Amino acid sequence: MGTTITVFLKEVIDNIRDRRTLASALIMGPIFGPVLFSFVINLSVERSLESAEKTLELPVIGQEYAPNLVTYLNSKNIDAVDGPDDMAAAMAAVKTGEHDVVLVIPGEFGEQLADMVPAKVEIVADQANSDADRDARRVRSALRSYNQQLAGLRVIARGVNPMALQPLNIDEVDVSTPSGRSAMLLGMMSYFFIFAALMGGMYLAIDTTAGERERGSLEPLLSLPVTRDQLILGKIAATCLFMTLSLSLSLIAFYFALGFMPLEQLGMTPNFGPGVVLAALAIFLPFILVGSALMTLVASFTKSYREAQTWLSVVLIAPTMPILIVSILMLRPRTEFMFIPSLSQHLLLVDLVKNEPVNALHVAISVVSTLIIGILLTWVCARLYRREGLLG
Amino acid sequence: MIKVDGIHKSFGKVRAIRGVSFDAPDGKITGLLGPNGAGKSTTLRILYTVLKPDQGNATIDGFDVVQDSLAARKCIGALPHGAGLYPQLTARENIAYFARLCGLDKAEIDDRVDRIVKLLDIGDFAERRTKGFSQGQRTKVSLARALVHDPQNILLDEPSNGLDVMATRSLREIILKLKDDGRCVLFSSHVMQEVAALCDDICIIANGQVAIDDSIDGIRQRTGCDDIEDAFVEAIHMVEPE
Repeated sequence: MGTTITVFLKEVIDNIRDRRTLASALIMGPIFGPVLFSFVINLSVERSLESAEKTLELPVIGQEYAPNLVTYLNSKNIDAVDGPDDMAAAMAAVKTGEHDVVLVIPGEFGEQLADMVPAKVEIVADQANSDADRDARRVRSALRSYNQQLAGLRVIARGVNPMALQPLNIDEVDVSTPSGRSAMLLGMMSYFFIFAALMGGMYLAIDTTAGERERGSLEPLLSLPVTRDQLILGKIAATCLFMTLSLSLSLIAFYFALGFMPLEQLGMTPNFGPGVVLAALAIFLPFILVGSALMTLVASFTKSYREAQTWLSVVLIAPTMPILIVSILMLRPRTEFMFIPSLSQHLLLVDLVKNEPVNALHVAISVVSTLIIGILLTWVCARLYRREGLLG
Repeated sequence: MIKVDGIHKSFGKVRAIRGVSFDAPDGKITGLLGPNGAGKSTTLRILYTVLKPDQGNATIDGFDVVQDSLAARKCIGALPHGAGLYPQLTARENIAYFARLCGLDKAEIDDRVDRIVKLLDIGDFAERRTKGFSQGQRTKVSLARALVHDPQNILLDEPSNGLDVMATRSLREIILKLKDDGRCVLFSSHVMQEVAALCDDICIIANGQVAIDDSIDGIRQRTGCDDIEDAFVEAIHMVEPE
């Protein structure tokens, strides 16, 4: 125990003096998340406010064939402007991005309308472009309501109640709370926390094997009357400390950064007060052991510092995989997920941020299973540290 | 006291040492001499227990380096080849760290470190971080680190590598002093003159085997060469290449 503490203290002092370790633990990890996050939030707020109010300038080919429609669009805040010459030119213009959406009204529009055959109009848009798609949606919904209005007028002319055309009255009730809506976006936060934690311990994890070896200090160290288990435990403990430091700073940074984000304008009120910050720290703590043991393990297979850095950047991404898969498949939180480190922490954090009651069983499973995995990984690290091949 | 009895070690297909045996008694300096790649470092690495022999055994003060490796390590101070320091720690902290790991009391450490700093004449840079130290400075600090706990057996792997004349001379004085204290000193080198000037016994290793294990005069006699360098070359040829 005394030896392990000696190693731990030496690693702490050694790394506090190392600018690179300190920069990645105290600056890179904690600052990166909040900065990127507020950038994304601010951008999306700007976008959503902008597109709702702004008049859409819509190039329309053949305005002269449908003056009523043009007037109608105008009332919907869509201004018809002169567009390309013909259909081919319109498609080319949309393809190159010159216009986002172009409306084409063929010459026979008025005639078809009068003959009561469906009158053709064409919307040219690139559906893969999400920005253009939003404009196209606006145009489509304006046309749809014009369509309904005309239909209503036609049936009235025949003495039928226009309500007959509307057998259903669809009303959507949105039960998501503002906190709930935040969870979608704020779910991203858990990755930033994991990232910050891993960044904080990365250089220490490399140093335990590849770093000591490259510096030539490993052999003298191993020739001392201590067991290798004592050495690696002290080193992993120091890695955990730096990771915890980095994680805590990241949580605090987020707490302050959220104050500067216009989240209310997006209809979000994240539940991220001091209490949640502490709870989140407690939930993520078991993950620290998994992360530090995993990084130490991966680094121990590498031949050099550089190689270790390369492989550890892969480890930085690995914990996102379960989160990503569950998000893409839109899976609801389940008890089984609580056995998976990183995913369980993510789901619990989402619950906290949504201000939903956190299931005590889920917390227990998450903490215990993550700790067990962490202890197992540490044990594997210790086994590998006893190998002769460690000397490279 | 170190006893080596028929140790073998292979790395994959490379047979680094094949049946090396020798004794290094207390109060004597034993030189492990051989060309590059002869197996000197492998032998020493087995003795300071970072490698395990495939065959044979070795003991340090009676402790087997495999069965009782922790006890064996307690009796040694080792300076591995190209030993490195922690660049963010001062020379003194580097030495004190090893002293702590060797189990010295906190109260004892300062005193011990002071003594070894004086002995090796590293006071001028003892309080500086070791980042940017010259090879000579690094070797001295590494040596201090290996000797701080006052070990009975001292294993030095090419300690004079990269040292200037002055540093080599002070290293020689330290080794002689350790001998006078009744320590067992085992050191490796590929420079015949250095070994001849210092050692009581010389164990010449070539191709992973012991060619000759004798005093300097004995080696001269058995090889029939008066010049020590000729004797060295002659001895190496006594071992069949694999």
